Order: sequence, then C-alpha cells, then structure tokens
Amino acid sequence: VDLAPNAEQRQLVDAFAALYADLCTPAEIHAAEPHGYDPALWQRLIATGVVAMALPESAGGYGASLVDLCLVAEQHGRHVAPAPVIEAQVAGRLLARLTDGASPLLPEIAAGDRLLTLALRPAVAGRADLVPAGAIADTALVVVDDSVVLMSLAGHATAVDNLGCMPLADVEDVSGEVIASGPGAVEAFATAIDEWRVLTAAALHGIAARSLEIAVDYVKQRQAFGRPLGAFQGVAHRLADRATEVDGAQLLAREAAWSQDAEPSRFATLAAMALGFSAETARDTTYFAVHFHGGYGFMLEYPVQLYFRRARTWGAVLESPADSFRRVGDFRLVEAD
Amino acid sequence: MDFRLGEKSEQLRKETRAFLDEVLTEEILETCHETGVNHHPDFAAALRDKGWLALGWPVEAGGQGRDPLEVLAYGEEIQRRNAPVYAIGTTMAVAHVIYDLGTQAQKDEILPKALNAEVLIALGFTEPENGSDAAAAATRAVRAGDSWTISGSKMFTTNAQIADYVFMLARTNPEAPKHRGLTTFLVPLDQPGVEIQAVRTMSGERTNITFYNDVVVADKWRIGEVDGGWNVMATAFAHEHTASFSGEQWRLLEAFEAWARDAVDDNGASKAADPAVRARTGKTRTELEVSALLLRRAVWRKSEGLPVSGEGSMAKLFSTERLEQQASTTLELVGRDGLRARGDATAVQGGRIEHMIRHAKGTTIYAGTSEIHRGIISQHVLGLPRSY
Repeated sequence: VDLAPNAEQRQLVDAFAALYADLCTPAEIHAAEPHGYDPALWQRLIATGVVAMALPESAGGYGASLVDLCLVAEQHGRHVAPAPVIEAQVAGRLLARLTDGASPLLPEIAAGDRLLTLALRPAVAGRADLVPAGAIADTALVVVDDSVVLMSLAGHATAVDNLGCMPLADVEDVSGEVIASGPGAVEAFATAIDEWRVLTAAALHGIAARSLEIAVDYVKQRQAFGRPLGAFQGVAHRLADRATEVDGAQLLAREAAWSQDAEPSRFATLAAMALGFSAETARDTTYFAVHFHGGYGFMLEYPVQLYFRRARTWGAVLESPADSFRRVGDFRLVEAD
Repeated sequence: MDFRLGEKSEQLRKETRAFLDEVLTEEILETCHETGVNHHPDFAAALRDKGWLALGWPVEAGGQGRDPLEVLAYGEEIQRRNAPVYAIGTTMAVAHVIYDLGTQAQKDEILPKALNAEVLIALGFTEPENGSDAAAAATRAVRAGDSWTISGSKMFTTNAQIADYVFMLARTNPEAPKHRGLTTFLVPLDQPGVEIQAVRTMSGERTNITFYNDVVVADKWRIGEVDGGWNVMATAFAHEHTASFSGEQWRLLEAFEAWARDAVDDNGASKAADPAVRARTGKTRTELEVSALLLRRAVWRKSEGLPVSGEGSMAKLFSTERLEQQASTTLELVGRDGLRARGDATAVQGGRIEHMIRHAKGTTIYAGTSEIHRGIISQHVLGLPRSY
C-alpha cells in the first residue's frame, strides 16, 4: 500500500493548484457564468499541457496515467473551474484510442486550436442532449448505434442554461465522419465514459473538500449565543461526518483511477462507485457548507453557493448517485450470475 | 500510488481463508450464537497453534512479527466470517499493554499464558453511571500497605463469566482532577467479593455487570504508575479505536444478494431485477469499499510512522453508521418476511438480516460512540473547538 502521491505527482498538483489559485477566483467564476467558460483560464491550462498530458505518447502526448489526471481533477473541483478540462481530456484519449493515435486532429486538440468534447449518451433519433462542453466545443464524438461519429458542432449545438452554469448544449441532427464501428468502438467509448466518471468523481471530491474548508473557516469565526458556531455539536458533528465522507470519496476516486492499469477487471465497477459516492458527498457537504453560513450562504456574493450548484450538476449530466449505484448492483447481481 | 496490501498480506489472506474453512465449523458458530459468547476454546486453541493470537507482535515477544498490513488482511477475513475473537482480542490488547508497561513479574505471569490461550482478560472501564466519559470512573481502590481494596461496579464487562482477570480503571485519588486520580489494575475475578451478573443485549450477546465488594488486590497487579491510569488507557484505547466493520457489511450484502437471486415478486419477476434492490446492492458495496479504504489508510499511516489523528475514528464512525443504515434499508426492501428470526423455517437467509438489524445498532455504541468519534474528528482533524 502506498496512498501518497509520488514526488512528480506532488509537483503536478502544486503546479495546477497555483495556476487555479491565480486565475480562478470566485470573481472570475462569477464572471464566466452563465455558461461556465473562461477563455483566458482555458488558454493557460492548454499552455500548461492539460490536454496534451492526457494523450498517449503515440499521439504526441505525455501519456499521463488516470491517477495523474485524477489529481488534476481534484484541483479543478476545488476551484470549481470554468474550463472543459475533463471532457477535453477524455474525448482526446478516446479519439487517440480509436485511431491508434493517428488522427490529425490530436495535435490541434493538444494545442487548443480545436476543442473536442463527447456526448455522454448515444444519440437518440439524431439528438444528443446535455452534452458537456457542447456550448463551447467545436467538435464532438457521439455514439450513433454501434458507431462513433466525429461531428462538427457548428449549427448543431444550442446552449442550455443550467443549475451548475456548465457549458452544456443540446446537439441536433447528429451526423459526421464515422471514426470506428462495432463492439470494439462501443467498448472504447464505454471506457471513455468510465474515465469521465472517475475524473468527475475526483472533481466532485474537490468541490466537497474545498466547501468543507470554507465551512470550517466560517464556523470558527462566526459567533452565535456567545461562542463560535463550531462549538455546537449540531454544527461540529455534521462537519465531522462530512470530513469522513470527503476523505472516503478521495480514496475511492483515486483507487478507481489506479485500478485502470493495476486491476482493470475492477475498473468499471470502481468508476461507478466513485461517481455515486463523490456525487453524494459533494451534495451533502455543500448542503451543510451553505447551511452553516446561514442567510449569507444563500447570497450570490458568497462563493459557497458556487460549490452548492456545481455539486448537483457536474455528475448529474450523466447519472444520479442512484443510477451509479444501480450500475454497481448490475455488475454484482446480473453480470456475476 | 498502490492500493494493494501486498504479496505477503494476500498470502496470509489465503491462509486465513483456508484456516477458517477448516476450523470455523457451523458447530462453533452455532455455539457462539446460542450462548451469546463471542469466544470458543477450540477456535482459540486453533489460532494459538497457528501462532495467530499475536501475529503482529514482535518475534522476541512471542509473536510472528508480521507488519500491520498483514494483520489487516487477516483481520478482514476474520471479521467477514464472524469468527469468535472478541475475548481473544481484549485479552491480547491488555497483554500488549502489559508488554509495553507492565513489570517483569507481570510479564512473566501473564504473557506466556496469553500467548498460549490459557488466560482471558475482560475490560472494566465503563460503569453504570459513566460510559463514554471513562475518566469519570467512580470505582474506588484504596491502598493499605501492599494491597488495594476495590469497591464499586463495572458495566458491560463482556466475557467476565469466562475470564480470569478484569483490566480495571479505578479511582485512587478522589482529590485530584478526574484524569489524574485513576489507576489501572489487573483484578483476578475468581475471589471473594466479586459478583458477576449476566446482562442480555438486543443482539443476543451476553455481557455482564460486575460488582466489587471490598475486593483485595495485591499491589503487584497494578499496571503502570499510581494515578497514572489515564496514560495506560491511552495505550489500550489506541488499539480499539482503529476498528472497522466492513466484515459485517460483507455478511449483510451477501445475505441480501442471496435473497435477491432467490426471491421473486408477485408477478414472478426476480428481485435481482428490481431497480431499488440493485441500487441498494451497489450502495452497500460502495460503502463497504469506503469503509475498507478508510481503515486501510489508518493502518497504512501507522505502518509508515505517519501521524494518525482521527483516521481511525473516521473508519469506525463511517463503517458502523453506514452498516446501521444498510441493515434498515435492506430489511425494508426484503419486506415482512425479513422479520422472521433464525429458527423459523422460512426465515429469510436463516434470519441473518433480522439479526444484523439487532447487531448493527450496537456497533455505533461500543468502541467509542459515534459522538465520541465525531468529537475527535471535529477537534483533531478540523481544528474546531470542543463542542457541546
């Protein structure tokens, strides 16, 4: 067992933590609403190699492991960053996998000249709904029947105002170049969705961890009835429960990421576990983080509400915690038979 | 990063499974269930023969010198199968305190017997008038020359009826602040003035209330300094607070899944296809994974010599609170036949789910209540003030 990031991974975390702290303040997050995209932040992330790192070396990338990406996603969530990091990484990896790293688009994606995303569900009757990063991406990978299609989003995507101020779009008239077909293509896409689950779980952990810190700082300062709020068990004990879940969510998301290479037979199950557990943890932690701010927590001016809304959105564009847990149940009850 | 326990641990896990398959018979489990006693001499003897009573102890102390991760793998298997190790656990925990802090004479007397499964030691911290506030102990020990006279009572002295000693926290200086007037003793139970009364619990477990009416204990049975009992307790508690209950969660999940595969609804559809059953299965499995990870982290930190403050509490708090919720929601999904207890011919899974409802509630209370652990986490992890 070694549950600590190695020296290189700690450097990676420090670099991204500094970048996000610099460019991703609550004021900038507000300014990037309602469609959750800050081009200046995205350019800096691209320049730092946030997409290139995720691509395999065969595609000119740095070949980062999912654990490395998971550590970046934690920082992304801690800053509720308005940038399509997870979608661009996962879609880029999928395109590389489907084309053996040969797609001419890959260098453009790594350089930020093209923004590729993916629809999380197969198109139904030519329509893909709530595509993450669909409102800002120019290209998307979409499953149509048993094929993966690469399509231009121009003229097809309609941005959707939403709870988490994510750059979501509904995509109509899905059509484009068939990149791959058959069971292998569908399986590769399923792997991409599992990667998305793990990275989103890590980001939701980041949301939960940071909102817990904000809440703890606040209840140490704020006085009521002659003592700090944190000196009441009704407050302290609920935060202790959340702290436990936050740590558990981090361990589980990291284990899921680690399993992709180390124990691939468990990867799909752990990915679903991680998303379900992190989404619940982010939901509950932000609930109490807002609640213990009292009326101030409800004000747009206080950053904690930014976390509350995103905690309920980032994972839900794919599935609810109950959906994730049913998926885990399916692996045990149905497929194990 | 590596989440595996390692080759040595997995090897020991395999050995433990094979050992349990062979030694932990239905008959032993049945006896434990019937008597409510989480101890069986044959099983204890078999563990002794494997050298597993003290597998994590240093070799020079009579143990196997195995690392904490091996001990964890062993413990996960023991818990999952509900092997009767409670009396052995308290005995070896106290023996370890004696190994750390006892006199040479105490070590000579107790350690060989403990390692040989020839002695059992019960815990005597809680009293009728104080539970979580263990330092409020009112049982008195008054010194007269080379011996002490003990008077008072201890609650939940589990296994006292089969034990040789009770490891007792007693008040030796009523004038001192409450944490500084306590001393620990190893009190022999087979002597005049000791009275043991059975106390039955909701889970069928037998525990006791024990009374001490002017019980005379030689000073040689004092563990640690006079009025230094709280320091001794810190050593003993450190062990108890890193428990986790993922083993119970496994047993509940396996019973639930076995039921789901067998049962059908009114229309003949398998319960395994019911979305609510699938969701509960997945959620329990997820919480089980988190329970195991939280404990694994606490043990890993300890084995690396990293500071541990609150990680053990998190493992205990999470695993027991979630176990309780799992048992309740599982029963709701199983429906009214889940109410049938063991012994009823049509009881669901032999009454295992009904029994877990009883058992789970206790787990959030003993080994530090959930409130004690939340207090530890909020103070030592979050840095919040002591709360009331």
